[in-house]
Amino acid sequence: MNRQSQTAVLFLLGATLLHAGTTGLYLRYVKAGLRPLLLAAGAALIATALATAWYERRRHRKTAAGRSPAGHGTEVDHAHPSHPEPRVSWLLLLPLLALILVAPPALGSYSALRSGTALQKPYGYGRMPAADPAPLSVVDYASRAAYGHGRSLHGRTVRVTGFLALDRSGTPYLVRMALNCCAADAQPVKIALTGELPPVLRPDAWLEVTGTYTPRLTRDPVNNGPVPYLKVASARPVPVPHDPYDETWNN
Amino acid sequence: MAITEDAPPGADARDPARPSGRQPGVEGRRLSSPLVLTLILVLAVLAQSPIRGALGSPLMQSWMTVFVAVTVQALPFLVLGVLLSAAIAVFVPPSFFARALPRHPALAVPVAGVAGAVLPGCECASVPVAGALVRRGVTPAAALAFLLSAPAINPIVLTATAVAFPRNPEMVLARFLASLLVACAMGWLWQRLGRTDWLRPSAHGAHEGATKGETFWNSVRHDTVHAGGFLVLGAMAAATLKAATPATWLRTAAGNPLFSVLALAALAVLLSICSEADAFVAASLTQFSPTAKLVFLVVGPMIDLKLFAMQAGTFGRAFAFRFAPTTFALAVTGAVLTGTVLL
Repeated sequence: MNRQSQTAVLFLLGATLLHAGTTGLYLRYVKAGLRPLLLAAGAALIATALATAWYERRRHRKTAAGRSPAGHGTEVDHAHPSHPEPRVSWLLLLPLLALILVAPPALGSYSALRSGTALQKPYGYGRMPAADPAPLSVVDYASRAAYGHGRSLHGRTVRVTGFLALDRSGTPYLVRMALNCCAADAQPVKIALTGELPPVLRPDAWLEVTGTYTPRLTRDPVNNGPVPYLKVASARPVPVPHDPYDETWNN
Repeated sequence: MAITEDAPPGADARDPARPSGRQPGVEGRRLSSPLVLTLILVLAVLAQSPIRGALGSPLMQSWMTVFVAVTVQALPFLVLGVLLSAAIAVFVPPSFFARALPRHPALAVPVAGVAGAVLPGCECASVPVAGALVRRGVTPAAALAFLLSAPAINPIVLTATAVAFPRNPEMVLARFLASLLVACAMGWLWQRLGRTDWLRPSAHGAHEGATKGETFWNSVRHDTVHAGGFLVLGAMAAATLKAATPATWLRTAAGNPLFSVLALAALAVLLSICSEADAFVAASLTQFSPTAKLVFLVVGPMIDLKLFAMQAGTFGRAFAFRFAPTTFALAVTGAVLTGTVLL
């Protein structure tokens, strides 16, 4: 890959990072806190591309004005064998094309069922929201139900949003992937669903579930972690939220 | 989407004209790379829907998501490291390092190891910076101690560890000590046994420009596309292993103390998680002993697939094939020793 192509790839890569950072596309892959860094890196890549183009142009103009083209040609031939431009840089096209053309979705039920629930005993519990039904995150409901013995949940209706995952036996789970840095370290937190479920369950569909606490608890077959149940009163499909991951553990 | 439609014609119009005019001998023999680049981009845009169809299975989708995520997450740190290393290479005179580090290499190693604490970032940033230090005349033993310690002991990573292990603050201390210990041990080991001909000779003479600014941007451009290519290679390997390894084998390994240490050490290498996030993953591996988790935290920032690819790119393959297994063995030993004493 020679300098012109490198300039083009750096420019495209920078523009893609800026595009992902400004549109919210980046939230499918990394945590929200990385946004300023992504934008800065995009700008730095574009600056590198522009600087390279500018110096190339200047060098070209200088050689055109000063020396004969033949003299310059031998100089380039002389420089090339000693240090060939890296061939591995062609690989940079792959993430570029993946991001622009495919833009893969955030991790879903396939990954969620392959890893065990990441639920952990929390420090303490915040106050329950006053609204009725109380809006809770998957992580919040699951830790209150699994570790707080549902004390704060008795007599309350809660509303939880997550995506559906169906295990081999067909048990439906409401899942949210919890993220610490990027999707490579995302781990699922699962709630098992019981009660009034919609007749057709499609994996990866996002649902807003309204229901009540039930003391039933099961174990995740993958890592034996606790998976509490939620008794569903109603469920309605919702669009994918702006940030598909749960980032409560980042603060 | 807007980017796809606008950019390739621009790259097309600007690029192919020049090299053909400038170096007819070279370009006549093989395809010019701007032409290949344009063809690839145009073909990829034309074949969008078949490509998307082929990648539609859940396995391929999660592979791609992890691949893109690792790359996107690491790129800003790589760019930071590359800018820093270019600045070191261009604006910091070699005499500075001669004065800042103790003359004797055996003393320079621990100083460089502790200095790793000031580079806030993950392992992707430390590889190019260590490369620049070697080129700037820092003794390789000290630069390698810096390379290994920087991603593990900087304040951001230690804070993340403290947050991930709220009930075990000793984990933070154990991680700091074990990482520093292993980094220094590797530095001293290199000083005794290492040979400079394993390191690829620096090729940066070719990038000297007329001015400091030109040298700076040349080095940034070269290091970004070079290390970036290896980063992509490592991200592909990490995504493949994450998609292919079933999580259930971890459960079987957790029962035996020896297996659990080795399993988490191998997992740290295969997953290639950013050192700022690995503490959270370690904390979620609840069925494992604290020592096994410490091994995960010490091995991960020092050697993983992504790092191996980048080290091979920066220092050469002969170096990476010797350095990586030794680091792995020493990191496991150092972490187990620290774990037995502290945890």
